[in-house]
Amino acid sequence: MTTDTMVDDRVHAPDGDGVPVTLTINGERHALHLDPWVTLLDLLRERLELPGTKKGCDHGQCGACTVLIDGKRMNSCLVLAVTRDGAEVTTIEGLGTPDHLHPLQQAFIDHDAFQCGYCTPGQICSAAGLIGEGKATSREEIRELMSGNICRCGAYTNIADAIEDVMAQQGKAAHA
Amino acid sequence: MATALSSPTSRIGDPLSRVDGRLKTTGLANYAADFPVEGLTYGVVVSAAITKGRITAIDATAARAAPGVIEIVTHENRPDVVDKDKVWQDMVAPKGSPFRPLGDAEIRFAQQPVALVVADTFEAARHAATLVDIRYEAASHVTDLTEAEAGAYNPKGDGTYSPEKSRSDLANPLGNTKAHVEKVYQEAAHRVSGRYTLAPEHHNPMELFASTAIWKPDGSLFIHDKTQGAQNSATYLAGIFGLKPEQVHVVAPFMGGGFGVGLRPQYQLFLAAIAAKMIERPVKVVMTRQQMFSHQYRPNVIYDIAIAADQAGRLQAIRSDCVGATSRFETFAENIVDWCARGYRCDNIALDYRVAPVDTYTPGSMRAPGAATALNLFEIAMDELAYEVGIDPLELRLVNYTSKDEISGQPFTSKALDKAYAEGAERFGWSKRVHAPRAMTDGRELVGWGMATGVWETLFQAHAVRARLRPDGVLEVATASADIGTGTYTIMTQIASEEMGMPVDRIDAQLGDSTLPKAPVEGGSWGAASIGNALVLACTALKAKLLKAARKIDDSPLANAAIEQVEFVGGQIRVKNDPARAIDLTDLVTTEGGPIEVEETGSPKMLEAAKKARNTHQAVFVEVKVDEQLGQIRVTRVVTAVAAGRIINPKTARSQILGGVVMGIGMALHEETMMDHRLGRFMNHNLAEYHVPAHADIADIDVIFVDEPDHEVNPLGIKGLGEIGIVGTAAAVANAIFHATGVRVRDLPITSDRLL
Ligand code: FES
Ligand code: FES
Repeated sequence: MTTDTMVDDRVHAPDGDGVPVTLTINGERHALHLDPWVTLLDLLRERLELPGTKKGCDHGQCGACTVLIDGKRMNSCLVLAVTRDGAEVTTIEGLGTPDHLHPLQQAFIDHDAFQCGYCTPGQICSAAGLIGEGKATSREEIRELMSGNICRCGAYTNIADAIEDVMAQQGKAAHA
Repeated sequence: MATALSSPTSRIGDPLSRVDGRLKTTGLANYAADFPVEGLTYGVVVSAAITKGRITAIDATAARAAPGVIEIVTHENRPDVVDKDKVWQDMVAPKGSPFRPLGDAEIRFAQQPVALVVADTFEAARHAATLVDIRYEAASHVTDLTEAEAGAYNPKGDGTYSPEKSRSDLANPLGNTKAHVEKVYQEAAHRVSGRYTLAPEHHNPMELFASTAIWKPDGSLFIHDKTQGAQNSATYLAGIFGLKPEQVHVVAPFMGGGFGVGLRPQYQLFLAAIAAKMIERPVKVVMTRQQMFSHQYRPNVIYDIAIAADQAGRLQAIRSDCVGATSRFETFAENIVDWCARGYRCDNIALDYRVAPVDTYTPGSMRAPGAATALNLFEIAMDELAYEVGIDPLELRLVNYTSKDEISGQPFTSKALDKAYAEGAERFGWSKRVHAPRAMTDGRELVGWGMATGVWETLFQAHAVRARLRPDGVLEVATASADIGTGTYTIMTQIASEEMGMPVDRIDAQLGDSTLPKAPVEGGSWGAASIGNALVLACTALKAKLLKAARKIDDSPLANAAIEQVEFVGGQIRVKNDPARAIDLTDLVTTEGGPIEVEETGSPKMLEAAKKARNTHQAVFVEVKVDEQLGQIRVTRVVTAVAAGRIINPKTARSQILGGVVMGIGMALHEETMMDHRLGRFMNHNLAEYHVPAHADIADIDVIFVDEPDHEVNPLGIKGLGEIGIVGTAAAVANAIFHATGVRVRDLPITSDRLL
């Protein structure tokens, strides 16, 4: 993890008197001045050039915007960025890259756990959060606890397969 | 320099993982709203507060004064553009006069866009959008189809529905008049009749409609759009802005779900383009989820069905009479009423279809348009008939099985629906079913098993495909169609790999760009067959061209080789019976000093057997468990057996069927856009209240592809899979619910209140 501090002009509030906030995003520290009405989702997408996190509703109803904040999965559309001073945020871009895939990213590819791919960053971040929580021990529980992430392409059974696969790899196999 | 073979070749039939999988799983696949653009501004749409009437005044003073605001675009200051219907009619527009965003003061439907607020930041635009003060004069509206039904008319002759082709209106060789059908119906041993309805459904792809427009100094227009047809968006804008087609460049490599709603350009596209022109800066407009309910939807229908059978269950008469919703400004029509009469043997059929205008935006195609509506309702009636006759529902389908299209009389190029019934029933364990309703239980839950048949057309559209071998040894294969999640990039890669004997990672499939070779919109499940066959033509032509170039090289080892004597293997051309005589393809293009390319068009003219019917089929079996006290219905098991010709990639093919089945479960149990008819507005216009299936709603789904070799449907024998998974699935769920509970619901979706 790097500790470079980036002071980025693009993310200053237009009138210069925004709220100072420091966020570590994918291991990179950002010192920002933000208007309080900027959501974490819009910050990532529109100001930090991290459009991997998707907007599907902006109301906490679909899960497309799921990221990990201090390791916990959250709908970034419901988080005002200035309320998370000091937080560590991991987005889909920070989980892995095409050359160094996270096990969940590899499992999603192997199990064809998506079609259009639009819900996928949120599904993968949510799955990472789910595994971290350690609460899901069966396929039913995976399904229940992933229900905040809608997939209109209907890849649900393949997503469950991918998550089970990674849980098994990590020795947290479901005893369904 | 020869390129080492670093990845294997692939063939048709391999379960190749998606070639765009790494981009999609790492967040690097750019969808319409994801492209970084220098100097970007943000447009937020203001939606009308009334359903019908006119705008009497707009006061944008407060909005203009808000920090960061650049422009407020309304019908009052919108620059003029070409206003002819013809230019506003996109490639797949129905008959009528298309809606012009911010065209005039008239309000035609709820949430109609009435202003676009453009600001430096999204937040500033969103805030200022709440400050635009718009006054209206409301007029009375009709949004209730049962009320509008009185004004229904036959859309005959508009090109989208032609009941005159149907057998009931033909020369009547069977004396098949309406009165005759009625008489046969009345005299038959067993009868079922009733009114069946389907609620309006919204596609709700996960990606919001989004467009970014950038006017270039040379007067050309560059666009990122969410679309199922980059060239459709491009020609639409070119017409409206009076540009030459080549002056509009639309780039849309990834699409976050379409299901038909991306076939036609939506209003954010024009709004981004006009605003960008006004302020001379790039503008991005993204709809809100609420606004995703302000345009196209699957029309609700009222479907009157009457069917009669003899003692053995043989169909004697079918009356199929449907009214669907359309808008007041366009006539959207679907093939609904004839599906039932095509798929079963029956001599007496009467079909009628009308559309009734309501005060909404024009409905449009949604996954298996027409067929999903028709068969998910008709197949409920068939289940009722099975109980009326007293035979097994599967048996009823077999008794009435036909090997020809019963309307046209044409035989099928292939129809393995019988195999699908058999293999699906076997896998599901259908023979263990107890016929009587309410006879099967699991603890306190009632268990029901239902089945239904699905049918979809096998379509074929002209596509041009370019195949280009680049000096770096990469083979580009390209057409302007789209991969809307179906896996088109992947199957193009497979087909090219097999044809050219090249490894997968040396093939670059390109789609979603209006400058690529000509293609229609991506829909109707025609992509795989149409693009696949055109791609084979292109590869064949490229092979000939490559061999010609190879023969000309000094001391060529292939100097006298004819095309039949060589093979393309391992990135080489080599002589079949003397593989040492070979030329590496990368060396060849390097020697040539530039790419070698061809472009070929595959069109319906290439199809033999034009006089044959061509369909895909599914036999779908569903188990539900119903908790009667809670009214809770769970789909616990689905087996579907699909007969869809040759499967190019079983992995992505299965996913397409899963997607269709899941949407079918949604149609059966969840999906309904509820209209408040007093206000004329959809009430549940968000994803919390418009329910689509979530993880916990979906149990395991077993997909079988039955063997269906078809040498006639098209040279590759491909039929397409995007639609078929939804057709019949909702009916199978409904029939399982009847079997579990004994309650017959004829209105979809079957929500708890309709069951209790
Ligand atoms: S965009 Fe955040 S939950 Fe839908
Ligand atoms: S993959 Fe398309 S919404 Fe999930």
